[in-house]
Parts: sequence; C-alpha cells; structure tokens
Amino acid sequence: MQVRVVAFARVRELLGYGEREVELPASATVEDLWRTIGTPELDVLRESTRIARNGTVTEPTAQLADGDEVALLPPVGGG
Amino acid sequence: MTAPLIKLSRERIDCAALAEKVRTAACGAVITFAGVVRELSDDERTVNGLSYETYPAMALEEMHKIADEAQAKFGPCEIAIVHRFGDLAIGETSVAVVVAAPHRAPAFDACEYAIDELKARVEIWKKEHYVDGDATWRENAKAR
Repeated sequence: MQVRVVAFARVRELLGYGEREVELPASATVEDLWRTIGTPELDVLRESTRIARNGTVTEPTAQLADGDEVALLPPVGGG
Repeated sequence: MTAPLIKLSRERIDCAALAEKVRTAACGAVITFAGVVRELSDDERTVNGLSYETYPAMALEEMHKIADEAQAKFGPCEIAIVHRFGDLAIGETSVAVVVAAPHRAPAFDACEYAIDELKARVEIWKKEHYVDGDATWRENAKAR
C-alpha cells in the first residue's frame, strides 16, 4: 500500500522533504512507517513528535491504510 | 453570536479592520490581542525575521475548537483568530485574537484563553532567523 507522508519544521528539514508517497507492506503500523523513513538524526526527535493519521493524532500501534495521509508533527511554536 | 472568524493568512493582518468586522451592536467590549515579531529572541539573540509554517487542515480545526471552548467557558462572544504563515519581518503582526462581548471581563478572559491555547495546541511552527545568519526552530514552553 501507499501512504502520503507530510512533515513539518525540524522533522521536515531532517527528512529533506515536506511530502512524499511511501510504499509500505499491507497492515503496516505508524511505527513501521517511522522505521521505514527514519534516520538516526530523526530518531532523536521520535519522543517529541506526534503523528497524525488523516488529521487525528494517533498511537504508534495504529494500523495504516492505503491512501492515508500521515503527518509528522514536532512540538508547536505558533503565536 | 456569529460563527468565529478563523484564518491562516499569508497576507498582513489588519487588527483594526478585524475588530470592526467581528463586533456587533450587542458588544460593549472589544479586546484585540496582537502578537508581534520582536527583535530579540527569548535567549536575547538579535532576530532578523521569523518564518512560520502550518498544517492547515489540523491547525484550522484546532483554532475552531479553541474558539468554541472560549465561548462555552466565558459566555457568548464574537471571536476572530488569525495567524500568519510565511516570512515575517520585525514589527509585523504574527497572530491576532479579537474577542467582542457584552462586557469586558469575559472578553479579556476569552482572549487570553484563546491565545494561550493557540500557542500550546495549534499546528504552527516558528523559525527564528538571526542577524548572524543562524536560524532555529523555536518551540513554545507549553507546546504539546
């Protein structure tokens, strides 16, 4: 299956892209996705990064589906 | 009450125009909070400008929730929450919260609630650019 990854701020810069389609095995979870795209530099941010599936923050164990949009959200800094 | 005015904007924010747009004949108090880009960072580095980025789908939903919560907590009021994205210079308004209510106490309270919650919850990120050419992503103290 294919999911769309969108990333912001520090996470976007470490990944080197703001959005990308990622190919995953069927029934892959949020954590599987992280391991697929991850780098050692990115892993440092894992704990502080919330992950949203189709606009809702979700657990690492949540299963993904084909066509999902998965957003990687570092701590916010608005205002 | 009319529906809250919630917006992410690449264009400059005109606080006075926003206040005129939001208030109604029922409002005896209009509170405008403007967050402005300042020349010193919290750790006292000289700032050249800021850039903001956002995840609009989630940010707009969260801003709507915050406006609804403010109305539920502090009573009927008119609310506008507008945040800039893109590159901002010193002195530009990065965020405006306008609350118009019958009386001042709930207007102050709702305005403070909305800006505090926005800083903690809304999917907006800020990069500080310093005069020495360095830059850093700046997280809010109570960011989740």
